[in-house]
Amino acid sequence: MLELRNVTKRVGRVDHIRDVSLALRPGTLNVLLGPTLSGKTSLMRLMAGLDQPTAGSIHVEGRDVTGVAVQKRNVAMVYQQFINYPTLTVYENIASPLRVARADAATIDREVRRAADLLRLGPYLERTPLALSGGQQQRTALARAIVKKAGLVLLDEPLANLDYKLREELREELPRIFAQSGAIFVYATTEPQEALLLGGNTATLSEGRITQFGPTTEVFRRPLDLVTARTFADPPLNTISLEKAGGAFLLDGAPVMPVPAHLAAVADGTYTVAFQPHHLALAAQTPGAIPIRAKVTVAEITGSETFVHLAFADARFVMLAPGIHDLEPDTAVVVHVDARHLMMFDGAGRAVLPTLRAA
Amino acid sequence: MADARDMTADPPARPPLAGGAPTAAATRPAAALRRQRPRGAWLVPTLYILFLLLPIYWLVNMSFKSNQEILGAFSLWPQQPTLRNYMVIFTDPAWYSGYINSIIYVVLNTVISVSVALPAAYAFSRYRFLGDKHLFFWLLTNRMAPPAVFALPFFQLYSAFGLIDTHIAVAIAHCLFNVPLAVWILEGFMSGVPKEIDETAYIDGYSFPRFFLRIFMPLIASGIGVAAFFCFMFSWVELLIARTLTTTDAKPIAATMTRTVSASGLDWGVLAAAGVLTIIPGALVIWFVRNYIAKGFALGRV
Repeated sequence: MLELRNVTKRVGRVDHIRDVSLALRPGTLNVLLGPTLSGKTSLMRLMAGLDQPTAGSIHVEGRDVTGVAVQKRNVAMVYQQFINYPTLTVYENIASPLRVARADAATIDREVRRAADLLRLGPYLERTPLALSGGQQQRTALARAIVKKAGLVLLDEPLANLDYKLREELREELPRIFAQSGAIFVYATTEPQEALLLGGNTATLSEGRITQFGPTTEVFRRPLDLVTARTFADPPLNTISLEKAGGAFLLDGAPVMPVPAHLAAVADGTYTVAFQPHHLALAAQTPGAIPIRAKVTVAEITGSETFVHLAFADARFVMLAPGIHDLEPDTAVVVHVDARHLMMFDGAGRAVLPTLRAA
Repeated sequence: MADARDMTADPPARPPLAGGAPTAAATRPAAALRRQRPRGAWLVPTLYILFLLLPIYWLVNMSFKSNQEILGAFSLWPQQPTLRNYMVIFTDPAWYSGYINSIIYVVLNTVISVSVALPAAYAFSRYRFLGDKHLFFWLLTNRMAPPAVFALPFFQLYSAFGLIDTHIAVAIAHCLFNVPLAVWILEGFMSGVPKEIDETAYIDGYSFPRFFLRIFMPLIASGIGVAAFFCFMFSWVELLIARTLTTTDAKPIAATMTRTVSASGLDWGVLAAAGVLTIIPGALVIWFVRNYIAKGFALGRV
């Protein structure tokens, strides 16, 4: 159990981490999701003990480890850049934590070869890291993290600098590789989709604060505030400020769409209405889909999907439509919002009635 | 869904076909350029090298001549080559002890400078502290004063401590300008090593001394070599302070060479031979760091 209690990290006059409290249980995969500079790396460095918090404390198994040196923390960390010891062979790189721990030669050899097999580094053990491809270098770093059998494994955007294919491959393997070890895994990423693919728990970060922490799908489906919803949306979340009056949403006094059933009980007033890009569709796919009239600004075809950028009054929406749609700019289209997934946020950005919304 | 999204972020690798074409195209102009080089292009560099090597050649030339021949008729190469000049240096203690003294204090200085500079450079490269940038720059300003400025205070200070005419006196005095230089060179090399390597080592469990010796020093081995070379060279060629602080027991070769006017006049041949032998250590040392020397002149910041 790793606990952060009201941890704050200030560098100069800037708060990198602001009053973060978090409890991570052994054997769980925890994703830190947030844009760059949201504090993911700072938080990981605090967890590892590389930096000391300005305020607050860090506890492992109930013991306060706030001032304990990183050497005594039993953690492993993999960086976004491929960090290995360039002068040592891949074998010695992987063996490094075991050598420092004075393991006997037979154990070292067994563990290194097991980790190398797991990450398919077998043929490269006698080379130096710089003679390997980027993916192999990062696998070496991962292998070093595996052999250490640390209680806390920190992976700081480990796949960000890898090419697409390798990233897919490693992303599938990582949870499997680390699953049996019973350690606490922390995985930082900027990509909401990576968080969803990894599963486990997700903590969304924004400007050094954890905005929400819970099971990944739960955070994705029921964000508690607008910041979390925006962080956990790629392509960007569609938002529009509307006035709720009885059973209709009004824009500049004119009704634009009916209020869906699950939000009907909300008090009248001005709200930010939000929905994910894939909850917009060209055809009404679900009963109760709300048609709205919009104008196409750009259609980007990515192969199997089309990103359609739409203008709706003053708002800009993005629609993620499966298949290829050759839509000319300035075409007027009717698109359908999946009403069941409509979210409402009040003036302070807090979600309205999140628990009533259907899955 | 994930597939298509990632495709936009990372375009697929260029097909191998496209890779081949530009290389072929790139070699063609290079070959054409080589053919278009004007005739006689070799002349300028050759003249330049001849011009540079002439004094060295003349020194070597003189070292194999007798004094009569040197002072006699002009000749491009020794008419009666002799090894007498070298024999004098290798047999006369007044001469060869000069070399031994020089080597002793130069090696001492190199060892002291590099071992002092290593932790200092690490601190400048890895930590931020109050006034670090000013201190770092101030180090370099030590090199901006002529050594003559320090000759008098050094003489007075070392006399007070009874260190005059010892090797360690010269070695320590030369640290004044070699330590800052070594710090600057090593800091440049160290800053080229990502800080994450240090952190990874600490996470692996390395203590600082063990990390520094086992992981870090091998990483900046070329930097240490270059720093040692520069310390060696500057200490080797420095004359003024070395001469001021020594009388007989630790007298450097350069001082011996400047005091060789005897009753019979100058011994030209022996002086020339001494000059040749003085060039050799530098030439030997530079051979080992030849690949990194440019980076060293840029203080490790290329």
